[in-house]
Amino acid sequence: MVVSRRDFLRSSLGLGTGTALGSLVGLGTDLTPAMARAQELRIRNAQATPSVCPYCSVGCATLVHTVDGEIVNIEGDPRSPHNEGTLCPKGAAIYQLHQNPNRMTQVLHRAPGATEWEVWDLERAMDRVAELVKETRDETFLEQLPDGTRVNQTTAIFALGGATLDNEWNHMQQKLMRGLGVVPIENQARI
Amino acid sequence: MEFSDCVVIEGSNMAECHPVAFRWPMKAKAAGAKLVHVDPRFTRTSAMADVHAPIRAGSDIAFLGGLIHYVINSERWNGDPFFREYVVNYTNAATIVGEEFQDTEELDGVFSGLMRYTGGVEEWPFDGFLGRYDPSSWDYARGPDRAAAPGRRGPPFDDLIRSLKRGQPLRDETLQHPRCIFQIVKRHFSRYTPEMVSNVTGCPVDRIVEVAETILANSGRERTTAWAYAVGWTQHTYGPQMIGCCALLQLLLGNFGRPGGGIMALRGHASIQGSTDIPTLYHSIHGYMPAPSALKEHATLSDYLRSEASAEGYWANMPKFLVSYLKSMYGDAATPENDFGYDWHPKIIGDHSHLPMFVAMAEGRVKGMLCIGQNPGTSLNASVERKGLRQLDWLVVKDNFLIETATFWHNAPEVENGSVRTEDIQTEVFFFPSAQVAEIDGSFTNTQRMLQWHYKAADPPGDCRSDPWFTHQLALRLKAMYADSELPRDQGIRNLVWDYDPDEPHEIPGEPDPEKVLKEVGGYYTDDPDRHLGGFGELRDDGSTTCASWIYCGVFPEPGRNLSKNKEPDPPGTIGAHLNWGWAWPANRRVLYNRASADPRGEPWSERKRWVWWDGSRWTGYDTPDFALQKPPTAPADPNGIGLDAHSGAQPFIMKPDGVGWLYNPAGLEDGPLPTHYEPAESPVANPLYSQQNSPVLKYWRRDDNRLAEMSEEYPIIITTYRLTEHYLAGAMSRWNPWLSELMPELFIEMSPELAAEKDIGNTDWVRISTPRGSIRAKALVTRRMRAFQIDGRIVHHVGMPWHWGWEGVVTGDVVNEMTALVGDPNVSIHEGKAFVCNVEKA
Repeated sequence: MVVSRRDFLRSSLGLGTGTALGSLVGLGTDLTPAMARAQELRIRNAQATPSVCPYCSVGCATLVHTVDGEIVNIEGDPRSPHNEGTLCPKGAAIYQLHQNPNRMTQVLHRAPGATEWEVWDLERAMDRVAELVKETRDETFLEQLPDGTRVNQTTAIFALGGATLDNEWNHMQQKLMRGLGVVPIENQARI
Repeated sequence: MEFSDCVVIEGSNMAECHPVAFRWPMKAKAAGAKLVHVDPRFTRTSAMADVHAPIRAGSDIAFLGGLIHYVINSERWNGDPFFREYVVNYTNAATIVGEEFQDTEELDGVFSGLMRYTGGVEEWPFDGFLGRYDPSSWDYARGPDRAAAPGRRGPPFDDLIRSLKRGQPLRDETLQHPRCIFQIVKRHFSRYTPEMVSNVTGCPVDRIVEVAETILANSGRERTTAWAYAVGWTQHTYGPQMIGCCALLQLLLGNFGRPGGGIMALRGHASIQGSTDIPTLYHSIHGYMPAPSALKEHATLSDYLRSEASAEGYWANMPKFLVSYLKSMYGDAATPENDFGYDWHPKIIGDHSHLPMFVAMAEGRVKGMLCIGQNPGTSLNASVERKGLRQLDWLVVKDNFLIETATFWHNAPEVENGSVRTEDIQTEVFFFPSAQVAEIDGSFTNTQRMLQWHYKAADPPGDCRSDPWFTHQLALRLKAMYADSELPRDQGIRNLVWDYDPDEPHEIPGEPDPEKVLKEVGGYYTDDPDRHLGGFGELRDDGSTTCASWIYCGVFPEPGRNLSKNKEPDPPGTIGAHLNWGWAWPANRRVLYNRASADPRGEPWSERKRWVWWDGSRWTGYDTPDFALQKPPTAPADPNGIGLDAHSGAQPFIMKPDGVGWLYNPAGLEDGPLPTHYEPAESPVANPLYSQQNSPVLKYWRRDDNRLAEMSEEYPIIITTYRLTEHYLAGAMSRWNPWLSELMPELFIEMSPELAAEKDIGNTDWVRISTPRGSIRAKALVTRRMRAFQIDGRIVHHVGMPWHWGWEGVVTGDVVNEMTALVGDPNVSIHEGKAFVCNVEKA
């Protein structure tokens, strides 16, 4: 879904006191036209796409501004009942999670005992990981305990995940692991 | 929180760690509410509060116990009929406990049933328990058994559920019976007097009384108090008991199910709630069902249901939840004849959580690891975790930046100091760069249980791929490898339903369709996948419904209507719950158990606190009612009924078998039916309340590199850890970010002027901090925000450290987790990172 900047401004201004702009109006000065103009300049020609802050769990809604498919700005969504357009310092820095010269864009591989990384092709790396998962699973799979209890599992692969990942990933990850019989599935959510 | 008359923030520094959410208690304050902060430090949250109650880290149960003691002995609580009406009708205060039960009062700090730990299996010697309880003596006193004969094998599983009926719990609504829960609670907390609590916590007596008076004045028919906590309450060897202690107090004050009441868990990550609900956690499967386990009576589907379902309350529907889950796993291959594929589902054989997994790894018992968005290279007792990483045959790290977990093999502290050689590390390491939130379509579940969809705005650069892409591609390869296997052990993966390829080609080749995933989570009719499920009331136990997560059922009620995409806030000036902004489980309810916002007759407790009420023919209100919509408040309970039929129309806590909130837990916890103050596993203080020093059932993994400090002069200072506004956890999402790094470049230790003077440490001096596990350096920040505590007649110093740094990134610093211990809570295996001991010297 892409909301055009013009449609978006129209709908947010229509909300009145529920918005960041509106709360300034509440102070007694009508800054609306000036604020609207300032916003328009900063994100001229940009498309606004609704998103959510990936840091803490408050769930602040954001708007991602792109020009020709390039992210140029990320800010709070004034429609949100959680954050009403505001963001904290981390939320205000989401832009740099995306546009950042320190960001890695290639797959790296380090062979056992090696002292350096090697750049690998993405598909080759995926094939190798799949091979390792299968090999380890098959070598360590436990069908039953000595007392005959059926367990169909392995504890030799540990799947650890962060808690800023999508629900959809969580579902796929735990489903694939349980499908394989991998039971040590963990997440930042515990600690 | 905007509707609260008082907000108590304890175990959280909300102003700095959840700054945007903090606007809501501040709005409440602007409207006249009181704000209370209970914390060892004076933080920006304290600066905004009306009352700051300083307590030493780890003493919250003593503090809350002091409030409970004060409240139930107060004139206001005993004089206002509201409290009695709420407590008698909506809690288990009147229920009588069996004669065998013995409390900490009788046994000097432990409960009846304490035993040596003999559980577990030889194949998995990593459970860590020091002891265990047999909880059978904690149960309610009950009337005659009402269990039906086992009957026929399901589906339908109604006969099985009827066979689980137990004797009716005995009650005394006068609350006078010596074994009724109210009297047990009263006796249990009788020693938590303000003077004793001051002695334990270091909080002045008058401050304890001020907090108690403030919450009493702001609870009742017309007013509500809310509590908010964060990891300051969870990272302890008794974290769930802290939260339970607060729940006990909030139930006594009538603050559950009502606007402006409750307990808010301020969780720390965008979708940490999602990864708990959709558990990438070893111990549970979707929707809070326990993972099938070899340590329990879980051999067959029926055994599992007998062991985990309940005849009364909403969990009587577990057969529908579980069968629909198994259908989402194994599709057409899951049939009534094969117990819906239950045998293919793996069983856990012990504690496979974070801490024991790294112990097992360090012992060479784990071969491979998929690490996606986590940084264990700087995590708990970090040198043990890195020892584990060095033992792996292979490690996959997927992240945005080259985090410490990816580079441990060439520049970790032990490699830099020459004690480990890179060439000797035989781990094959992969690093996959990740796409970021604005480059992916998908949903997060926030701390309010609300799903919100985020849209892709731009393509990720280079080989950066989404996390779903990685798991999808791995799954497609593995599915192909096992496609022709006839081995019984491979039938689970062979029959696993994996149908997430997009119908239209995606801009990024190989990317799955996240809405196909969400559809499977929310559910559909098995014979007509285009007919989605509208809610969990539609679930069946015969395989005709497919639904991974019963609690998310209804999020995607028909094709094209993904409710997590809802973005219509309530108009300004209206009272409401913003029901058209996002979608909250269960059933888009925003306040859980909100039937309790009305009195037993179904009328709002007061006009001011109106939320959900009976309008004469149905439940209605500002929120989705958390109750059977047509069930009148006068409906009697059916003594022979199952599920919600066993509850009357005045029992709001529908998930509980007895339909009421639990002051006392007759079952379900590993460490006792009531919260009791224990000292942290490491403490410079002998428990002033009981001769039992620590939780008798805490988890500790005994290793030479995981030693705990004895109570001694060597490590006399309490240390707590915390987070800063400008950084994020182990730093992967902030230390590579130039803006944030510039705002907060350096690690520091906060200490009081008194401690600094004693140790001859000046502001910005380098300081060495040591525990039995490790020793690091940081700069001193000498500040009145920290204080020394007067505990049990002597001065105890207290320091605090943020823990975001490591050796990679734009800004670097020592790893605070070099000092933490692998010691945990017996219920959930969370570590104790909020209270341990150290020594501090000028470096």
